[in-house]
Amino acid sequence: MLDRMAADHDLTLSLRGVTKQYPGCLANDRVDLTVGGAEIHALLGENGAGKSTLVKIIYGVVRPDAGDIVWRGEKVTVENPAHARRLGIGMVFQHFSLFESLTVAENIALAINDRAERVNLRERIVETSREYGLPLNPDRTVHDLSVGERQRIEIVRCLLQKPKLLIMDEPTSVLTPQEAETLFTTLRRLAKEGCSILYISHKLEEIRALCEAATIMRLGRVVAHCDPRQKSAKELAELMIAAELEPQQRSRRVVDDAAPPRLAVDRLTVASPNPFGADLKEVAFTVAPGEILGIAGIAGNGQNELMDALSGEIPAGKPETIRLDGVAVGHMGPRERRAIGGCFVPEERNGHGAVGPMTLSDNAFLTAVARKPLSSFGFVRRARVLEFAREVIKGFDVRTTGPRAQARSLSGGNLQKFLVGREIMQAPSTLVINQPTWGVDAGAAAAIHRALAEMAVNGAAVVIISQDLDEIFLVCDRIAVIAGGRLSPPIPVAEATIEQIGLVMGGSEHAGEAAHA
Amino acid sequence: MREGIRLVPRGNPSRLWTYASPVLAVVLTIVVSGVMFLAMGKPPATAVYTFLVAPLVQTGGLSALAVKAAPLIMMGAGLALCYRASVWNIGCEGQFTVGAIFAGGLALGLPDLPAPILYPAVMVAGVVGGAATAALTAWLRTSLNVNEILSSLMATYVAQYLLIWLVTGPWKDPRGFGFPQTAMFSDGATTPTLIPGTGVHLGCLVAPLAAIAVWALMSRSTLGFQLRVVGEAPRAARFAGFSERRLIWVAMLVSGGLAGLAGMFEVTGPIGQLTTEISPGYGFTAVIVAFLGRLHPIGAIFAGLLLALSYLGGDAAQIDLGLPNAVTGIFQGVLLFLLLACDILINFRVRLPARRSETAEAA
Repeated sequence: MLDRMAADHDLTLSLRGVTKQYPGCLANDRVDLTVGGAEIHALLGENGAGKSTLVKIIYGVVRPDAGDIVWRGEKVTVENPAHARRLGIGMVFQHFSLFESLTVAENIALAINDRAERVNLRERIVETSREYGLPLNPDRTVHDLSVGERQRIEIVRCLLQKPKLLIMDEPTSVLTPQEAETLFTTLRRLAKEGCSILYISHKLEEIRALCEAATIMRLGRVVAHCDPRQKSAKELAELMIAAELEPQQRSRRVVDDAAPPRLAVDRLTVASPNPFGADLKEVAFTVAPGEILGIAGIAGNGQNELMDALSGEIPAGKPETIRLDGVAVGHMGPRERRAIGGCFVPEERNGHGAVGPMTLSDNAFLTAVARKPLSSFGFVRRARVLEFAREVIKGFDVRTTGPRAQARSLSGGNLQKFLVGREIMQAPSTLVINQPTWGVDAGAAAAIHRALAEMAVNGAAVVIISQDLDEIFLVCDRIAVIAGGRLSPPIPVAEATIEQIGLVMGGSEHAGEAAHA
Repeated sequence: MREGIRLVPRGNPSRLWTYASPVLAVVLTIVVSGVMFLAMGKPPATAVYTFLVAPLVQTGGLSALAVKAAPLIMMGAGLALCYRASVWNIGCEGQFTVGAIFAGGLALGLPDLPAPILYPAVMVAGVVGGAATAALTAWLRTSLNVNEILSSLMATYVAQYLLIWLVTGPWKDPRGFGFPQTAMFSDGATTPTLIPGTGVHLGCLVAPLAAIAVWALMSRSTLGFQLRVVGEAPRAARFAGFSERRLIWVAMLVSGGLAGLAGMFEVTGPIGQLTTEISPGYGFTAVIVAFLGRLHPIGAIFAGLLLALSYLGGDAAQIDLGLPNAVTGIFQGVLLFLLLACDILINFRVRLPARRSETAEAA
């Protein structure tokens, strides 16, 4: 490489005026970003702020409409991800691209285009993973591995290419607190060896702990460059969402165990319909009136199976395994359970909780018909359905053009508010909600948390299944952890610590190993 | 930078192109047909006129159109319902055939019953025959997870051989000089003519009414809502507690029943007996009708009329121009092909390689 000015060399990557227009959405508006050599640089912003689009531009997945990318002192056009890798840019995506039925080594080999580089691959995987404290067995099949281990495959895959810049997209969203700490050690070590890291996250504390520079984005624009170590988490959050945050804390109540539970689950054992899913094993818990129970856990440990078994999408075996207000419902389908008083909000919005191409009014009808008089003689009472959809939109401050808007035209946060509102306005006695604020902006998340708390105050039982421990500690009265399809006994949140919960969450890895041995 | 024509995804599907696409497809099909006629040594303008216009302006043209369109509309509307629910019944031809066999069997078996009893019974027999054939497919799908495209198509061949066996064997008219056909049906089992002196029969009225009924079912009833949800998002349907099995049965029985009814009208009306040739492929053409009509039952009425015209045009091209009857099949095939191609425009916009377009987009 030409020996250019040292100053330019230090700037590993520099973006100037990068702009990307999507239909109806300006994803990046004249974004400037500079990542220095050996620097851990945070890219901070809410969901929808344009972070993902920006890193996809850097990695050659998306072409910018305007703007320059300067890489190690030279202006470049990144043609595609393979080109990015040749330049020395590696990326670990939030959603992994791994084949479940192949081994670790096979998955890594697939990503290497050059035949010569595949020589001695196994040895190099072992060597690299040992060197950076990322233990990996190259002969294990991916579907046997925990999410943390899968992430290690992706990281090792990048490191084998000796990158000068490593992009990490929300890496800790799938890790236990302990696993995250191990990851930070690896990243710090990489930076020390001269690899720059662009670290994308909306978790403020970890950015303050890890990063030495930050670029904060909002609605496609850069709103600030700062040193996160000099700012408080509250200051960063305010930059990110442009509003002063009110501290939000609800007074926790001691759960009254004497009251008859609204929801009682007794030794629920269900085989997962998904071959790589987690089977539920003797899950048992009760939720009292006015209680919010949080179920923590790392993705893929049985949360979706539990949600589907509670909602009635998959049969729960004997009727007595699930009781709603004392009625055995284990054998019933979703509509009958709703009629008795259980309402549900699944994790996936488009295609599960809602039908994307249908209107909000149709989507309101989808589940509300079970509890509200929205049909007569087999026909839809369209005026009433429109009225109900309007009430939900108004009551939950859903930003949309009206009840005739297509569900998929709404942003993630707005659609989630609509779906939560649809269930809450049916006045259920029990509400089960899976990942209530996943991919939802901070304002909408706060609104959803307030609505759930209000339900509990009014005497309903609420179950929140969430990967976000902060959320559970913020809104729940009791907490249980799901790991490997088993649920730990619920304990009061006031008595739990993040470290302790983190250890139970990680238990799945060993439990899983034992099951396969 | 020089670039070729590019397709750029739209954010939302275009409403305009949802309806403009079939119109464009029809126009392009006429152009392609003209080129085809030219290649066969016929003056294209005259040939297109003979194929698409002459059948309508000659005496009796409109009533012939109504007779051909009736089965297409009935089956097209039923398939629109089916396909909205993502149940891919392509065996309408077989359901049509079995409907005709059931109706014809009853008409032949009890010819002397009084018409007010016999005719409704023949109608019901037609519906039952079509629905029973569709039920076989529904059962295979819901209990053994057999792909309905294959089973409904295969059932079609079984139905056709059953018909051939019946009219050449047990049901053959003893006084028919050995032709493969049954006796003519009695008056009581014959579909009444609506306009004296033309072929326009009761089925020509029932077909649009059936399409309207299917429309009301789909857009206004809870059952129609469930069918749409299961077609659009099966997981959301499960989440809402709709039974997918039940909805597959409903979709198959409705479309099969309508196909059986169409078969019944055809053999008790224009044909008047069972023969080996009771359909020029109406059941397969109905698939094109459903898609050309945007999977909307009312759209099926317009699409059914157009494709009925292609049958009349095929006859006219054969008689007046000496072209093979395959012209009809080619016209229908090209139309479906171009329709699917034009549907790209619903979700994509075409960007021409103009130099200023780049800057215009960025602004």
